[in-house]
Amino acid sequence: MRPFQYLRPKTVPEAISMAADDPEARYIAGGTNLVDLMKRGIVSPTKLIDINHLPLKKIEHRYDRLRIGALALNSDVARHKGVMARQPLLVQALLAGASGQLRNMATVGGNLLQRTRCSYFYDLALPCNKRKPGSGCGAEGGVNRTHAIFFPVDEKPACLAVHPSDMCVALTALDTVVVVTGPGGERRVQMRDFHLLSTQRPELDTILGPGELVTAIEVLDNAFVRHSHYLKVRDRASYAFALVSVAAALQMDGGRIWDARLALGGVAHKPWRYWAIDLMLRGQAPSEKLFRDVAEHEMKSAKALEDNAYKIRLTSNAMVAALKTAAGIS
Amino acid sequence: MKKQLDNVPDTSLNRVDGAAKVTGAATYSAEYKVPGLVHAVLVTSTIAKGSITAIESQEAEAAPGVLAVISHLNAITVPGWPERKQSAGRAPVGTAFRVFYDPLVYFDGQPVAMVIAGTHEQAMHAASLVRVTYKRESHQTHFEKNIHKAGVPLNVQRSKSSPFQDYERGTAATQGNTDVKIEAEYTIPTQHHQPLEPHAIIAVWEAGDKLTVYDKNQGVKSVQGQLAQAFKLPRENVQVVSKYIGGAFGSGIRVWPHTMAAVMAASQLKRPVKLVLGREQMFTSVGYRPYTVQKISMGATKDGRLTGIVHEGTGQTSMYEEHLERTVLASRALYACPHVTTRYRLLSLDVNTPTWMRGPGDATGVFALESAVDELAFALKMDPLEFRLKNYAESDPERNLPWSAKSLRECYELGAEKFRWQNRMLEPRSVTQNGWLMGYGMASSLYGFHRHPSKARAVMQADGSVIVQSATMDIGPGTGTAMTRIAAKVLGVNAKKVRFELGHSSLPDAPGQNGSSTIPSVGSAVHVACEALKNKLIALAREMPRGSRPTSQEWSGVVRNGEVFGSADDKEGVSYADILKYHHLNELEVTEESKAGAEGNQYSMYSFGCHFVEVLVSPLTGEVRVTRVVTCADVGAIINYKTARSQSIGGVVGGIGMALMEHSAMDHRFGRYVTTDFANYHIPVHADIPPIEVYYIDKPDEHVNPIGSKGLGEIAIVGVAAAVANAVFNATGKRIRELPITPDKLV
Repeated sequence: MRPFQYLRPKTVPEAISMAADDPEARYIAGGTNLVDLMKRGIVSPTKLIDINHLPLKKIEHRYDRLRIGALALNSDVARHKGVMARQPLLVQALLAGASGQLRNMATVGGNLLQRTRCSYFYDLALPCNKRKPGSGCGAEGGVNRTHAIFFPVDEKPACLAVHPSDMCVALTALDTVVVVTGPGGERRVQMRDFHLLSTQRPELDTILGPGELVTAIEVLDNAFVRHSHYLKVRDRASYAFALVSVAAALQMDGGRIWDARLALGGVAHKPWRYWAIDLMLRGQAPSEKLFRDVAEHEMKSAKALEDNAYKIRLTSNAMVAALKTAAGIS
Repeated sequence: MKKQLDNVPDTSLNRVDGAAKVTGAATYSAEYKVPGLVHAVLVTSTIAKGSITAIESQEAEAAPGVLAVISHLNAITVPGWPERKQSAGRAPVGTAFRVFYDPLVYFDGQPVAMVIAGTHEQAMHAASLVRVTYKRESHQTHFEKNIHKAGVPLNVQRSKSSPFQDYERGTAATQGNTDVKIEAEYTIPTQHHQPLEPHAIIAVWEAGDKLTVYDKNQGVKSVQGQLAQAFKLPRENVQVVSKYIGGAFGSGIRVWPHTMAAVMAASQLKRPVKLVLGREQMFTSVGYRPYTVQKISMGATKDGRLTGIVHEGTGQTSMYEEHLERTVLASRALYACPHVTTRYRLLSLDVNTPTWMRGPGDATGVFALESAVDELAFALKMDPLEFRLKNYAESDPERNLPWSAKSLRECYELGAEKFRWQNRMLEPRSVTQNGWLMGYGMASSLYGFHRHPSKARAVMQADGSVIVQSATMDIGPGTGTAMTRIAAKVLGVNAKKVRFELGHSSLPDAPGQNGSSTIPSVGSAVHVACEALKNKLIALAREMPRGSRPTSQEWSGVVRNGEVFGSADDKEGVSYADILKYHHLNELEVTEESKAGAEGNQYSMYSFGCHFVEVLVSPLTGEVRVTRVVTCADVGAIINYKTARSQSIGGVVGGIGMALMEHSAMDHRFGRYVTTDFANYHIPVHADIPPIEVYYIDKPDEHVNPIGSKGLGEIAIVGVAAAVANAVFNATGKRIRELPITPDKLV
């Protein structure tokens, strides 16, 4: 680990001013990912700006939305009564992530910004376009059992890694706004636009510019409370990243589906929203056959690598299972 | 939980070192405070084969706090190693890897340099600044692609009496009619011990060529001997301390390169050196369970009598050493079968040498054997437990000897009853629970008995308390607790009066903790030492004036509650403290040795057991959850139920990991592991582990040793993976023959 400067701002503008002129500066909150990356020498910030003293912990409901401060802990969000009542899908996704100890440290902002857990990204001796642009993608032709099956259309991806977050999959299925403050002031970004697909700049995970800081997320109220489900398939019962995860949310009335949202984790460089599902399910009565058809439709655009052909079947099955649970059919 | 604890008699001792461990008072190898200590960090190779052409260390040497960068270019000469020659070439097979010896690279992750600095952080940083360049040679690490190169191990070619020789019992002609036959291939991938405590050492040289190492290992005496040999020192000049060990599972049986590296650096710098391996370094520094492919064909008559077993196994080793395992041996002994053939082969690859990992060879071999038995039973449409009972070996079919004791039948019966095995459906996919498929599976377990010569010293103190000492180890099973119990029982004292000391090479000779041999070997030594001490005390008590105590007609000497009585009926005794006081003794000490006699020629000795497993499998996602386990063992007398039960539970947990998760994946383009942290190398977490019920037959084996107790550590894991795989088959109808059984294989 390289020696670094440690700073502790009290206000958001102070924090941003500390970061603005230094591309090697990093904000640190829970540190559950960044400290690992620093220990391994994957990132070597010159400056660590500890934002834990900024007033960004609040969870509140305003008008039509839940506003969650970027420094709210994953564990606090998951047991917040307002969040449990209005956004049960988010709660399920949070509780499916990491371990109790990590959730007690990890923040919502940090969760949005976690780096991939691809082995090639973590090993300095192996090629990785995300860690060292231009060095090649180790996972291409390598061990890629856990890697992506959805890619940008008509473009060869420079990185096959997947986004590791569970929370972000739920937020992608729901209507979420990410509130960002930077040297140029505040801006509001739709969740679907926040993370990037891997194209020619795999070193970039998000749209955040220099010095920009996530200050909050806003999750819009919805009618999915009674019919949502987060399903995470992994190699063990807990404390493992998803092979595939599904955030499914349905609005149902009179035995029919009137609105539907679905996002997938563990399948792409960013949480993967299944855009067409709303149109395909609207007005239909839920059934396993319907869900199977809908799931397989999306899988037509999936593409397997050497080791992950199973993910195509698994993702389809997981969508069916999650939709069935959300719809309350067996 | 209540139900399980009912199986533990009230007399069980709690772990004697439990409080020290949970409060942090226990000192582990890396935690000793040594004045002047400096810190070492290894730099490891990033190629799998070739040679080092240059090591640029100027930048590292200039970094803050750095004292030295050591490599083959400047390392001290180890006196016990052959002199370095310029063009010696690659080491012949059978040579342990010599760290910093020459520029040759034998495997990825090999230590090529070491930075020593004032703090661990300084050394870590400087290690990242060392630039090593290589001349790369093409490497072979892919098992399947190279399996055609596997052959009879040189060790076997050289030794006619090797147990790994090809074996044939009976002939195809004598086996009778085979009505049903199965043939299958089973694969276990490379798996790593990965104890939570990484390997660590503090090496301290003192004036007069004296060396002390605080080293995580499984045998202080063996490490003492190996270091004395390497540095050409008298044994007594080397002291090895290893009192607390945070898990090892076999990773600490050998002296590994990092231990040598730290001792070399301490000698070179004339400073105490601490070296703690990083988690990723644990994958190439301390061995592993080798990648192994096995083929089994097995036949039976239609009424379920085994006619023949052919078991072939090929394991992986390094280019410089052969590591042999008992992979195919269980097939010779477990069942009464007229025709058995076994063949064992090794494949040398550009990897580091594997080593023993809990249930070495047997955990691997019994996975294949007990999967095959389940496959054949299913082909016969027979209950797999009934099939096993039909082929029960009443005596050892390999050596044609009676068993010293065998209660495997009782294990099967007890386990089946507790598990409610009779509810099992023969047809797969017959039972569902909340949309998940439910299956039952079982498997047998066995492990050969090992007893090594062992000494123990027992000392009665003036206050009536007892110190018992032996250079044995505790890598987790609770050695100290079991030994305390043996001593307390023999001497008739409360266990609180006994202190057992282990893990120091100055103590009386004992074997390392491996091969389930500690209780059989050291337990026997403690028993005989305490018996001898007791007899001395009884003799001394007899010489004392009677006083008010009645004179027994026959003075046989009986001990209880820390007192000696003339006979069992006597009401008044004399305390140990008074005996010593009367005889003006500060303490009374005996050292005894215990070792096997010729009984091994008359009896075949094994521990036995069986596991019953219930799984749920998601038909949509292929996830497997083990929901219930009953494990039952026959290891002779149980010394201390509570710690034994904990050891059995640990074995089952390890077996579940082996069955469902553990897999060290390598990118063969680089010959480098890519699962080198706990995010990628999965072991079970609490959520993966169901209630585990543990039962023992607890019948002393009168032929094995004075305490009638056999080893438990290995049989706790042997067979578990097969029981899980068999349960998965019963749930899904899918036979997974390549571990681990991850969702991708079932979806």
